[in-house]
Amino acid sequence: MGKTLIEKIIARNLHDENVKAGDIVTVDVDRVMIHDIFIPFVADKFKEMGFKKIWDTDKVVLIYDHLVPASQTDDTRHFRAGDAFAEEFGPIHVHRSDGICHQLMPELGYVKPGDVVFGTDSHTVTYGCVGAFSTGIGYTEMAGILGTGKLWIRVPQTIRVNINGKLPENVSAKDIILTVIGDLRADGATYQSLEFAGDTVDALSVAGRMTISNMTVEAGAKCGLFVPDDKTAAYCGLGGTLPEELAQLRPDEDAVYSRVMEYRAEDFVPVMACPSQVDSIRPVAELAPEEISVDQVFLGSCTNGRLEDLRSAASVLKDRHIAPFVKMIVTPASRSIYEAAAKEGILDILSEAGAMITHPSCGLCCGRAGGILTDDEVVVATNNRNFLGRMGTSKVRIYLASPLTAAVCALEGKITVPAAYKE
Amino acid sequence: MGKVYKFHNDVDTDQIIASQYLLYPTVEEMKAHTFESLDADFAANIKPGDFVVAAENFGCGSSREQAPAVLKALGVKAVLAKSFARIFYRNAINIGLPAIVCKDIYDHVEQGDEIELSMTEGTVTAGGQVYTCTKLPAHLQSILDQGGLIASLNEL
Repeated sequence: MGKTLIEKIIARNLHDENVKAGDIVTVDVDRVMIHDIFIPFVADKFKEMGFKKIWDTDKVVLIYDHLVPASQTDDTRHFRAGDAFAEEFGPIHVHRSDGICHQLMPELGYVKPGDVVFGTDSHTVTYGCVGAFSTGIGYTEMAGILGTGKLWIRVPQTIRVNINGKLPENVSAKDIILTVIGDLRADGATYQSLEFAGDTVDALSVAGRMTISNMTVEAGAKCGLFVPDDKTAAYCGLGGTLPEELAQLRPDEDAVYSRVMEYRAEDFVPVMACPSQVDSIRPVAELAPEEISVDQVFLGSCTNGRLEDLRSAASVLKDRHIAPFVKMIVTPASRSIYEAAAKEGILDILSEAGAMITHPSCGLCCGRAGGILTDDEVVVATNNRNFLGRMGTSKVRIYLASPLTAAVCALEGKITVPAAYKE
Repeated sequence: MGKVYKFHNDVDTDQIIASQYLLYPTVEEMKAHTFESLDADFAANIKPGDFVVAAENFGCGSSREQAPAVLKALGVKAVLAKSFARIFYRNAINIGLPAIVCKDIYDHVEQGDEIELSMTEGTVTAGGQVYTCTKLPAHLQSILDQGGLIASLNEL
């Protein structure tokens, strides 16, 4: 019987070809990521468990991003706890202000195809974009891995998502994943792996694949995987062609799936996740006639803070100005993206259009800082969650959209279909 | 016997404990804000031994272990749901909070009803009726029996 991609990855990790979905196995962990909010708790649990040293310090990455720069005086306690842990048990990799964890992990080469990676944040599923198995866990389990290098998992079943054809020009990876989540519902992929395939997916950049993998957790998925290819190899610094050994990381023709979903790329339209469920998906064209006025637009996050996202917004904001009553906040996902966008003139275009450009961080997406909203305000945002109270009070209305749709909404000051701006 | 506190589908971790409270140094300080956006009086009213009963996908969203931790700190005996989101489920077991899949109980109890859970039998009794729950796999039951992952690792 053939194997799915997740079965291939786990079999490779265990050196055991007999692995199949449903098995409970103990994997060897290739890398872990801990972020600033949970490091004090991880450190406490690690000591409580009686561990004296980390199993492999080179495999541990600590990233300060949710609280950088600090917005409340208490926040700095987390940096001190992280620094003290690194000092006592390191040397581990520490990034104190380089960007959002899920951007940095693949960008800086901490994750390679076929790796098994765990992180203390639910959006750790992002690294499926390069064909790694990665998922979120709690801080107690993280402390357990730091001591042992191992974690038990159940090998998940797989839902296969086939997408073929050419996407309409006003549709991006964000519209694809929102549509798929709307079809699956918020628990449709719980405990399962999502495996994306087809020529539309092959044509996507690694950045687009990141957007899709990132949001698979919103359908409950344990991971969201793409078969690694030459683009993956180039992104991961493995040269222009995928090494032979990693080329084995592809599902077999006769792999067994729990469900297969088929999409024609031409059928996708710009969509939004409406308040306050991430699976409450509607076409933007259906919302536009409701004349929904927009108070704020947020472009950024681990979902959509990459160079091509900023470029996409800049394409419609060039030589134009956002509506006078709209606050637009742009947060590049990492320092290197910030620098590249500056070099390319994208930050100038966005700033001249009236946007505020902020340092790379998680602040607004997780409702911590930098643009919190209040009752009855509407925000169109490119991040991944529109939960009640996520970006301010529980009466804030959060609409999730693609960077292109968000930019057009900022221009018009109301929910608007991006097609209106096609030349 | 404990009282039922009933919640809907897709209760997310932000609803269980909002992110602005995660920065409090201890779970003890956070627990007063449990379910604040859904039921502001929840933390004040719940008594040790009471139950949270929910529909599908309980605990979806973030990986915050504080979500099961505040429920445990308030003395919630178990969460009984039609289904759980996976990270919440792992976290709950790892900190010693029983997260029990029970397909039938939700549609047969109301807020405030008294119910009784038998972990060994894998059953819940409500209004004289006995409902069967899904038993935990053996390795998870063993983590739970030892009081969570820390105790379980200390046994090694």
